[in-house]
Amino acid sequence: MSRIAKALTTAALAVSLAACSSVSLDDKAGAGGADGSGILDPFNPQSILAKQRSVYFDFNSYTVSEQYRSLVETHGKYLVSTPQQRVVIEGNTDARGGSEYNLALGQRRAEAVRRMLTLLGVSDTQVETISLGKEKPKALGNTDADYAENRRADFNYKR
Amino acid sequence: MTFNRPYPAPSACKTSGTALSGWLLACLVTMLALLFAGAAQAQLRVDISGTGAQQYPVAIADFSGDAAGSQIAEVIRADLTRSGQFRLIATTGSTLNVDSTIAFDEWRTRGADFIAYGSVIRLSDGRFEVKYRLGDTVKRGSLDGFTVSGTEKELRRMSHQIADRIYEKITGIKGVFATRIAYVLKQGKTYELQIADADGQNPQVALRSREPIISPAWSPDGARLAYVSFESGKPVVYVHHLTTSKRAPVANYKGNNSAPAWSPDGNTLAVVLTRDGLSQIYTLGANDGSNLRRVTRSPLIDTEPVFAPDGRSLFFTSDRSGSPQIYQTGLDGGEPRRISFNGGYNISPRISPDGKTLLTVTRRDGTYRIASLNLATGAESLLTDGRDDQSPSFAPNGMQVLYAAIQGGRSVLAGVSSDGRVRQTLSVLNGEIREPTWGPFSQ
Repeated sequence: MSRIAKALTTAALAVSLAACSSVSLDDKAGAGGADGSGILDPFNPQSILAKQRSVYFDFNSYTVSEQYRSLVETHGKYLVSTPQQRVVIEGNTDARGGSEYNLALGQRRAEAVRRMLTLLGVSDTQVETISLGKEKPKALGNTDADYAENRRADFNYKR
Repeated sequence: MTFNRPYPAPSACKTSGTALSGWLLACLVTMLALLFAGAAQAQLRVDISGTGAQQYPVAIADFSGDAAGSQIAEVIRADLTRSGQFRLIATTGSTLNVDSTIAFDEWRTRGADFIAYGSVIRLSDGRFEVKYRLGDTVKRGSLDGFTVSGTEKELRRMSHQIADRIYEKITGIKGVFATRIAYVLKQGKTYELQIADADGQNPQVALRSREPIISPAWSPDGARLAYVSFESGKPVVYVHHLTTSKRAPVANYKGNNSAPAWSPDGNTLAVVLTRDGLSQIYTLGANDGSNLRRVTRSPLIDTEPVFAPDGRSLFFTSDRSGSPQIYQTGLDGGEPRRISFNGGYNISPRISPDGKTLLTVTRRDGTYRIASLNLATGAESLLTDGRDDQSPSFAPNGMQVLYAAIQGGRSVLAGVSSDGRVRQTLSVLNGEIREPTWGPFSQ
């Protein structure tokens, strides 16, 4: 009973956090209703959870910037409402610097997202944070745009 | 006959007879060698530049008695040349075997302080017996003699062993030509963990994967490699027995598992885990991952541990001061001591076998270079020019440093003498070489 009550409380807290932080989320959900992006299902390619699953970071930054708060909150809300669903947050870095230090930096990015999810009421058991460092770059070039594309944390949902 | 595989004699592998100033970047040696070893097919190119502070003039005569003799001499010459510590004296016109009487004065006149020579015979069972002698033309006497036998396949290794003896007799320092290196070769989307001889020849594939492999680390006895494989979708530390090819995860906790480092006795691994949040350093049993113990406790990143040669402390990278720097800590905790102070980015600590010198990768003016830090005086020297030099490791005798460098947009194997004077690159023509690490003395 107390566990259920706690879950409800944290869920309510998450919703209230989501509601007060941004309006863009509602806009997207509303606009996407027709094409399915309003569906909260990470395994449906049309869902906002599948389409918007990357948090980008500035150079040398390891905190979630304001523009990605609503994205994280959308995922947080879904995870709170689906407590059996597990997710891996994968941190990435650009190609500059050593492999192991970049692995550690990518972890900082993944952890920044996880901490936000925890504040939203997502259980620690649902979330694993890992880092791919600079080893799995999405953009393969060496331009500033490529580097920016690779400074990223992705939501990777597990079936 | 050949050494088991097509092995064209390296072209122009001599510094010629001209006297070279030790202070000039005068020696430019290029060898092109084709390699065909099992599935690890690669074309290697070796470029060497610079000369050592002191160069011993040495003549290496072709060994007599079998066609293999000239190739044995070529391997020895190439080894000594790569060290930067020798100047080869031409042996044109001379025919020496292991029983020859050496005209010391004549070789002294030619400019050689030392003359190596010998014989090779094919035994009735098909094996080869190689006998070698080393003469000192100044003292006019024999310095060394050695007989080794093995199969045709082992001729290169036997040649490296002779080069090691010549190196040690003349310099007083143990040679590393018969040691091995490990590195990751990336070709397209395939990653191969390869083991090769110290000269980059004879590569063997230890592991092939579609996912990244990083941070290979040799056990002190050279029998095992620890490394990080992403094959399960995230970094997991494996220990791989090279003779049996048996491998097993030793650290596979929630989050990342990475940066393995062996204790000097080979029983313990230091690893980096994120099971408790950000990257922190732990130790565990190298055989089965037992006895997990946390070593560092900081709110930010602690990574890249390496054991001091006495096994009692760890050097590691931490950004606890706001930028990545090198620290040293005892294994039982206590306040870590900061070691690096030059520049805002020092990572990848590697300690010399004598414990006196620390290598780091340092960022200077946007380029990554290998720095060498004298731990007693704090004096630093930059061994390389960048722009993206990574993954340094000492040869087991401390005289050379292996690292990964960018050349022509690709990552290649590079070496530099510990004093920074002699540099070489060894590039594969169709792939990128990453994460190189020099193995221990062969046992």
